[in-house]
Amino acid sequence: MTAGDNGRLPGSYLVPGSSSFADFVAEQAPDLLPARRTPPPAGVEAPHGTTIVAATFDGGVVMAGDRRATMGNIIAQRDIEKVYPADEYSCVGIAGTAGLAVEMVRLFQTELEHYEKIEGIPLSLDGKANRLATLIRGNLGMAMQGLAVVPLFAGYDLRHEGGRIFSYDVTGGRYEEQAFYSVGSGSLFARGSLKKLYHESMPEDDCVTAVVQALYDAADDDSATGGLDLTRRIFPVVAIVTADGYRRVADADVAELADRIVASRMVRPDGPAASLT
Amino acid sequence: MTTPFYVSPEQLMKDRADFARKGIGRGRSVVVVQYADGICFVAENQSQALHKISEIYDRIAFAAVGRYNEFENLRIAGVRLADLRGYSYDRRDVTGRGLANAYAQTLGTIFSSGGEKPYEVEIFVAEVADESADDQVYRLTYDGSVADEHGFAVMGGSTERSTSYLAEHYTEGLDQTAAIRLAVAALAHDSEPTREIAANQIEAAVLDRTRTLSRKFRRLPAQTVRAALASG
Repeated sequence: MTAGDNGRLPGSYLVPGSSSFADFVAEQAPDLLPARRTPPPAGVEAPHGTTIVAATFDGGVVMAGDRRATMGNIIAQRDIEKVYPADEYSCVGIAGTAGLAVEMVRLFQTELEHYEKIEGIPLSLDGKANRLATLIRGNLGMAMQGLAVVPLFAGYDLRHEGGRIFSYDVTGGRYEEQAFYSVGSGSLFARGSLKKLYHESMPEDDCVTAVVQALYDAADDDSATGGLDLTRRIFPVVAIVTADGYRRVADADVAELADRIVASRMVRPDGPAASLT
Repeated sequence: MTTPFYVSPEQLMKDRADFARKGIGRGRSVVVVQYADGICFVAENQSQALHKISEIYDRIAFAAVGRYNEFENLRIAGVRLADLRGYSYDRRDVTGRGLANAYAQTLGTIFSSGGEKPYEVEIFVAEVADESADDQVYRLTYDGSVADEHGFAVMGGSTERSTSYLAEHYTEGLDQTAAIRLAVAALAHDSEPTREIAANQIEAAVLDRTRTLSRKFRRLPAQTVRAALASG
C-alpha cells in the first residue's frame, strides 16, 4: 500500500513480472482483493443492483442501466449508477450485489489501465473480456452465499471496427452476444422489448431510444427495476462507445428523451407496437 | 599478514558517483519544458518501442535517461505504487511528491549500500496541476538527491549547452508547438556545431491539463512533432 522500509520501494516492486494489477495485489496486499475474503454465511442482506441493457449499432455500442438498488422489498437507493467506463473503448454495467460489484468495477478499471501503462499498449477487447471473467470466477464463493455479481461488458473493437457485447455467469463463463442483451432482474422483460424494437440498421439515436424503452418495459413489470423518476428527474445512465471512445450521454439529453417516451406512453402505455408480420 | 586496503568514504562515494555519471553520460538527453497548457517532454530516441517517457498516473509522468533495464524497473515500480495507492485510497491521493520521495529513497539507499551497484539513471517526475503555477517537476539523480525544477530542465549526456540554450530562449506561457520546437532545438544545440535531429528520432509526450479525460498524459505522434518543427 505504501513504500516499504525507510520509504524505499519494496524489492518486489522492482522485480519485472506480471502486467496484471490483480496478480500484483494478490502478492502485495491480498486482503484488498474481493476473491481472498471468507464468504459470509448465507442469507446476508445487501443492496442489489438490477437491470442493464446493451445494444450494438453501426459504429458502436450503447449501454444503459436503471438507477435502483433494492434490499429485499426496500428500495435501498434511487440514484445508484451501474454503468461505468472500463477504459477508453469499453464500458461495464453491473447487476447483483452492489457493494461487491462496484469494487469489482474499480479493480477491473485499474487492471486495464495498469496493463496499458506497463505494456505500452491496451489489451484487446477479447483480452479485456477474459480478464473480467477471471475476476468474476474469483467471486464464486460469495456467489454461492447469494452475493453474486453479474456484469455486462461492451466495447468498441478497434480491430473489427464495431461494437461487441459480452455477458457472464457467476462461474466466470463468458459469452459473446449478438446485437443486444440484458442482465439483471428485469432483463427478461427488457430483452423481450428489444426483440420487438431493435433492428440492425438503427442509427445511434434510435438505438439509445430503444434501450431506454426497454428499461421502461423492464421497470413496468419488474418491481426491482427503477422506472423513469419524473418527479425527482432521475433517469437511466446511458453510455455510448464508438471509435471516438467512451461517452456518457448528457443528463439533459436523457431527460428530454425520457419526457418524449413518457408522453408517447400516455397514449399507449405498453409502448410502440410492432407490426404483425 | 596483509593490511586491509583502506579507501576513505569520500573516495568510495566519489568512485561510485563517477561510475554512475559515466554511464548516464553515454546516452542522449531528455528535455522537459513547462508551457501554458502543461508540461512537455522531448527525448532523442532511436527506438520506437523502448520509451524514455511514460505515463505513471492521471497527472504524473516519468522520463529517464541512462541504463534502460534500471529505469524500466523504476518505472514499473512507480506504476505499481501509484495504482495500488489509488486503488487503496482514491485517485486524488496519488501525488508526484510521494512518488519522487519513494524514488529518492530507493536510489539513495542503493547508491550508498556497499552490496549494490549504483543505478546509472536520472529521472524526471512531473505532475501537472489545474494552474501552471502549481505544476511540479522533480529531477532525481543516481544518488537519490532531488531537485525542484522550474520552467525547463535537461538531463542525460551533455546537458550544459542545451541548458544554456534553454536559459537564453525560454519564456513563460509558450503554446505546445513552440514548446516542442524549443525542446528539440535545445537537444540539437548539445554540441558545436549544432546537429540536425530528424522528427522520427524524437520521442515526445505531454501532460496536458486541458484534456477532458482524467488521464492527462498523451504521446505525441510523429506527424505532430514534424508539423511543430516545420512551423518554425
